[in-house]
Amino acid sequence: MEFFERFAIPHPSPAIYASMVVIGLTVIAIIAGLTYFKKWGYLWREWLTTVDHKRIGLMYLISALLMLFRGGVDAIMMRAQLATPDSKLLDAQHYNEIFTTHGVVMIIFMAMPFIFAFMNYIVPLQIGARDVAFPRLNAISFWLFFMGAMLFNISFVIGGSPDAGWTSYFPLAGNEFSESVGTNYYMIAIQISGLGSLMTGINMITTIMKMRAPGMTMMKMPMFTWSTLVANLIIVTVFPVLTVALAMGTMDRLFATNFFTSSNGGMDMLWANLFWVWGHPEVYILILPAFGIYSEIISTFSSKNLYGYKSMVASMVIISVLSCLVWAHHFFTMGQGAASNSFFSITTMAIAVPTGVKIFNWLFTMWKGKIRFTVPMLYSIGFIPLFTIGGVTGVMLAMSAADYQYHNTMFLVAHFHNTIIPGVVFAMLAGLTYYWPKMFGFMLNERIGKWTFWLLSIGFVLAFFPMYITGLDGQARRMYTYSEATGFGALNMISFVGAGIMAIAFALIVYNVYYSIRYSPRNIGSDPWDARTLEWATNTPVPEYNFAITPQVNSIQPFWDSKKKGHVLFPAKLDKIHMPNNSGMPFILCSIFFVWGFSFVFAIWPLVILSTIGIFACLVLRSFEKDHGRYISIEEIKETEEKTGGAKL
Amino acid sequence: MKLDHSQPLEYSTGQNNLNIFGFWIFLGAEIMLFATLFTTYFTLEHRTGNGPTGAEIFEITPVLIETILLLTSSFVIGLGIHAMRLGKIKAMISFFSITLLLGLGFLGFEIFEFVHYVHIGAGLQTSAFTASLLTTLGTHGAHVTFGLFWGLAIILQVKKRGLTPETANKSFIFSLYWHFLDVVWIFIFSFIYLKGMM
Repeated sequence: MEFFERFAIPHPSPAIYASMVVIGLTVIAIIAGLTYFKKWGYLWREWLTTVDHKRIGLMYLISALLMLFRGGVDAIMMRAQLATPDSKLLDAQHYNEIFTTHGVVMIIFMAMPFIFAFMNYIVPLQIGARDVAFPRLNAISFWLFFMGAMLFNISFVIGGSPDAGWTSYFPLAGNEFSESVGTNYYMIAIQISGLGSLMTGINMITTIMKMRAPGMTMMKMPMFTWSTLVANLIIVTVFPVLTVALAMGTMDRLFATNFFTSSNGGMDMLWANLFWVWGHPEVYILILPAFGIYSEIISTFSSKNLYGYKSMVASMVIISVLSCLVWAHHFFTMGQGAASNSFFSITTMAIAVPTGVKIFNWLFTMWKGKIRFTVPMLYSIGFIPLFTIGGVTGVMLAMSAADYQYHNTMFLVAHFHNTIIPGVVFAMLAGLTYYWPKMFGFMLNERIGKWTFWLLSIGFVLAFFPMYITGLDGQARRMYTYSEATGFGALNMISFVGAGIMAIAFALIVYNVYYSIRYSPRNIGSDPWDARTLEWATNTPVPEYNFAITPQVNSIQPFWDSKKKGHVLFPAKLDKIHMPNNSGMPFILCSIFFVWGFSFVFAIWPLVILSTIGIFACLVLRSFEKDHGRYISIEEIKETEEKTGGAKL
Repeated sequence: MKLDHSQPLEYSTGQNNLNIFGFWIFLGAEIMLFATLFTTYFTLEHRTGNGPTGAEIFEITPVLIETILLLTSSFVIGLGIHAMRLGKIKAMISFFSITLLLGLGFLGFEIFEFVHYVHIGAGLQTSAFTASLLTTLGTHGAHVTFGLFWGLAIILQVKKRGLTPETANKSFIFSLYWHFLDVVWIFIFSFIYLKGMM
């Protein structure tokens, strides 16, 4: 009996039972739907086995959007609980669980795949490549992420969610204070998807360093490609730190070791340090590609090339280095002494300098430009003031002496949402709107898009700016309630209203997709925004080989030059194209990883051993496999080019 | 597949170049992995709780034998790659096999060492020091174990398919991996064992 008790939820509530029913019904509906419409074969051939960077990008995108809504529901529940003083909507345990899963889901299972979606889809197109360097590895990356995300998401119906915060500080996250399997889920789900991120890092760096079109030197790469390169260098540098930290956390929980315990020499602060050695660069992994997307959009819609290209690149590189030298600012108050606090204070403030350079570069790009106020451009323009406010409060937090007032208050919560939402989320929505026509062949509706933008911005300001005030007044984060005497009630109610407005904005995105599928015109060509870089030089829909002829690059905006200055983009002749074959191995391998992770969470050792053997069997099979890919003949290419309306031959 | 005959076989195709470059990036990540383990070890080194210290449990003899075995294997796989470049399959396979046997020997001694530690009361759960020691050594040992299987798969493929751009590429990448394990071991030997015995 004891064995089965571990699978029960420690703190059940009607909402969780309702979720179980909904999950069950959804799974049945999906299976029934696939069977009824006979789509199993299609799903397997076209998606589950694909190694095409564009399809993998789309799968990242869909997963990210799903996770956005999952994390969003957590957020709404939190704001609803805090809307009134002494609220009884949620109990403390449930509140702990949702702020933990909100953080993990939004950072690791929403923001990360969202940027991976754009990296995958856009980077090979921007550099004129046929695919990424290791297409099969790319599929493995995606499926590892996906299985990690699914493993994390089933936690709340099987065994209980993690509840020690998204940072899972020890000793709170240790067995003594977190008895349920929740934190096991945290350790292992993030481990699995982190492996995927590391592989993406290797893949993207190799792709960008080795597969650029002829003529594209490093200093002629589009800004999004540069930001991807820098972000992936950070990934490769810091994800192994997380791997080790999670492994040691897992061992503390499952094998009773003493890395982070309070006895036998264990050191709880070691976890905090290792976590943030990864955790702080992680936020730059998210924001740098976002900066890259803004750079592309601002340049396109100002009808100018990007101002200060070299300083943009330099500031990104400086940010990437500094990002690895600031981690201790997350725990100024935990007693490491004045000298090290001063060091981390200064490095943290220094990051504001290169970031400021970038802000001014965007402003100068717009300066005297012919600005078109499209939806992506609105997000980019809204980003600049809002993100700057978040940056300035960041400098406030960086002052270690003053941090004793801000630490662990809502002020901090307001700060990082103020950077992540206008910084990353706006960029993702801007990128989504901007690249949508390239991905799907039609535009998203501009009118609904503008409504979304304004609702989201207003909702954001209403939801988060009051937290600065309550935080300074001493409202602690992660407290599930507060008394009426504190006087926080009114401001928290405003936050709740703001969160509600944001929820409406996100619902509008879904409506926009639906509306645009039905009513958007389809004859928009391959360059609807009058853009400047290579990803717009190929046909829409993009053929699987991307470019029939490898483009020749002359500047940072070869496509613009080919339109305006007579640059010859495709000088060579057609030739057969070598492409990789699809493979079911990544999906199968990662499904076994899911089983491995699940059995690890519940310490079902026979199954762990069995699935470990399964994983290695897949690797052996892969090693002995002979797969040289296939060739697409010239006739086939011509046919495709005519069909996709390109034929710029 | 375009072959570039001015390059050694393992570099001769575009994909081969990508594979080797990508593997170097992977080794960069591995350096970070071991750097984190070393940092953890140095942090926890003197936090022995009720357990023994490093000076009490380290013994030079088995460690020295392990070192000699692994360093020799790294030299031998260098010979193997040299033979591969000369196109001498038989010599190459022999050198690779000797490499793996030496690796197996190393692993044997390491397992013996681990059993010994547990036997004298320095198990994984004893203290923060023992946990970080065994995890660091164990991660290296797991890498060697993985390498043994990987190397075996490559020997079988070279035997069956001969030296093609593909098998040469795999062999070369494996040699990079094996050298890397050797480098890590030098750090373990110097900064864990020697430092711990002083």
